[in-house]
Amino acid sequence: MIIAVMALGLLAGASGLLLGFAAIRFEVEGDPIVEQIDAVLPQTQCGQCGYAGCRPYAEAIAAGEADINLCPPGGQNGIAALAELLGRDPKPLDPASGVEKPKMAAVIDEQNCIGCTLCIQACPVDAIVGAAKHMHTVIARECTGCELCLAPCPVDCIHMIPFAPSITTWKWTYPAVEVKAAA
Amino acid sequence: MSALFPFHGGLKTVRHKTESNQTPIQAGILPPRLTVPLRQHIGAIAKPLVQPGDRVLKGQMIGQPDGYISAAIHAPTSGVVSAVDQQPVPHPSGLSDLCVTIETDGEERWIDREPVDYRRLHPSELRQTIRNAGVVGLGGAGFPSAVKLNLAGRSEPLATLMLNGAECEPWITCDDRLMRERAAEVVAGLQIMAHLLEPQEVLIGIEDDKPEAIAAMTAACAGTGYEVRPVPTRYPSGSVKQLVKLLTGKETPVDGLPVDVGVQCFNVATAYTVHRAINCGEPMLSRVVTVTGQVHRPGNLETLIGTPFAELIKQCGGYRENVERLIMGGPMMGFALHSDDAPVTKAANCLLAAGSAELAPELPVLPCIRCGACMDVCPANLLPQQLYWHARAKEFDQARDCHLFSCIECGCCSHVCPSHIPLVQYYRYAKNEIWAKEKEKQRAEQARQRHQARMERLEREKQEREAKLRQKAPVRPEPAVASTNPHSDPLTPAPSPAKGEGHPEG
Repeated sequence: MIIAVMALGLLAGASGLLLGFAAIRFEVEGDPIVEQIDAVLPQTQCGQCGYAGCRPYAEAIAAGEADINLCPPGGQNGIAALAELLGRDPKPLDPASGVEKPKMAAVIDEQNCIGCTLCIQACPVDAIVGAAKHMHTVIARECTGCELCLAPCPVDCIHMIPFAPSITTWKWTYPAVEVKAAA
Repeated sequence: MSALFPFHGGLKTVRHKTESNQTPIQAGILPPRLTVPLRQHIGAIAKPLVQPGDRVLKGQMIGQPDGYISAAIHAPTSGVVSAVDQQPVPHPSGLSDLCVTIETDGEERWIDREPVDYRRLHPSELRQTIRNAGVVGLGGAGFPSAVKLNLAGRSEPLATLMLNGAECEPWITCDDRLMRERAAEVVAGLQIMAHLLEPQEVLIGIEDDKPEAIAAMTAACAGTGYEVRPVPTRYPSGSVKQLVKLLTGKETPVDGLPVDVGVQCFNVATAYTVHRAINCGEPMLSRVVTVTGQVHRPGNLETLIGTPFAELIKQCGGYRENVERLIMGGPMMGFALHSDDAPVTKAANCLLAAGSAELAPELPVLPCIRCGACMDVCPANLLPQQLYWHARAKEFDQARDCHLFSCIECGCCSHVCPSHIPLVQYYRYAKNEIWAKEKEKQRAEQARQRHQARMERLEREKQEREAKLRQKAPVRPEPAVASTNPHSDPLTPAPSPAKGEGHPEG
């Protein structure tokens, strides 16, 4: 009886020590699920979800504060990817946050730009170059199409234009075949 | 005769070689206008070196290679540049790309051609000459040859240098005619490649339906130690991994290249172009194009790059009735052109004017019956049916796990499918989607990093501003505030002036 209690007690104590050590030694910094959600999000940093960027939205999803259908740039595919990652059911995009649009890039009408720098301050990825009272321009390669530069422009000289189809971005389409039922 | 190592699957196709290989290679006519695309190769588009209005000489570089994997583009004849803009190019999309348009003057005035002795040149200089001559793989892929001729960084010496003269597509005969008529030049180019790569053996693979080419190449190789090996006529023996298997018995790894198993392979026309570039000092300005199918006089034309396909058709006597489609490349792996205005590029080996007789009849697509015929013919040893299910369901990860990217798009599976399912179209679609997703991921990662860098910068600036304020703040109201503030704890001393007060910055 005593031996049994002692053996079990010893075992429990040893396991407890081991677990305690492991908890300190192998502690995971940050929340890995946030990283995974952040990796699925399109990184547009547009804030249409109501959060200050993609990472804050990822944190909100991880904390259970936000739903997974608030990201218009990610679109239905993005929602499906989030649903798969989190083991939930996909749902349609929340129309309150916006609608899914084709990928676009901002272009500054350089004739009308007055060099106010307001768009530069608004751009979340520093994709606009220019200086005060000098013309600004968008680095097209870096633009995420977040549209955050449109509102601050006092002369409305920034426009969103869809990406022109080019040979490098062209894709073979899904075969449009009509499968006839076997007779 | 050494043993051959047959690859899995493949097809016996109906041959249509005699339509175009009975007459010698003809010189192409000089059209009034040439449209030279700046992207005719795998890799980065060449940087234009000319502007509208510039006079150019035949052989003058008009597009500079941009980066390591890129190729130079040259003016195919002398004339005046009339435009550097977007023009239709031969591409399955029918889209335009950046081209240099040259109004030809008919004088054919050359640049100074400087033949070099390759034995005296340093290998890196020799590669640079080949690179500046715009030599790319002419079998269809258009990979810059200078890159493949550089084995620096590989510890083992190359076992086999292989020349691909299989030409397995049923209608194409341009390599056949080239080997028959210019075998000595092809071998001269091969010697330059062998000089650079120092292989232990040199093999030339030619399908056995080209006895004249085999005889000509064997005669040209006499005394060189190079070995011509006829291979059975079985599509797709001209695909590089299949030819490597056939001649050496080596299997190229899934994610690898033949060079990983010690084999480097070039097309015969590439060897010919290397010979022209080094021994004659002529950059790549023209290529032999097979024009066949529903035209009055099918044959092979040595055509300047940039010649519109319509000119080739005209030279071959024009279209016969009932042409339904114009195909660049062969019927198995080629694609339909959107118009015959598109120009000849370095990769254009064949122009097939296809009528209903040349095209596989469009039969209704029926459901897959899981017969497995596709699996039996797949030369890449894949499971085409499984790939089809995944691609159709847009399950791209699973398709990738089934080695989608080992698919060479040879078309054997679609050809034998009793349900007429366009299998290759599904694989192309799935590959494109995966590439697009990958690109989007990269863009997102870049945006994430830039956003993070911006947030860090803003934070840093904020702290710097605060630090500056803290430096300046105590100078004026500090003592007064400290003494009059009723909430300040009398026991704690008044905040001491910031450390940096004596040395204000800015």
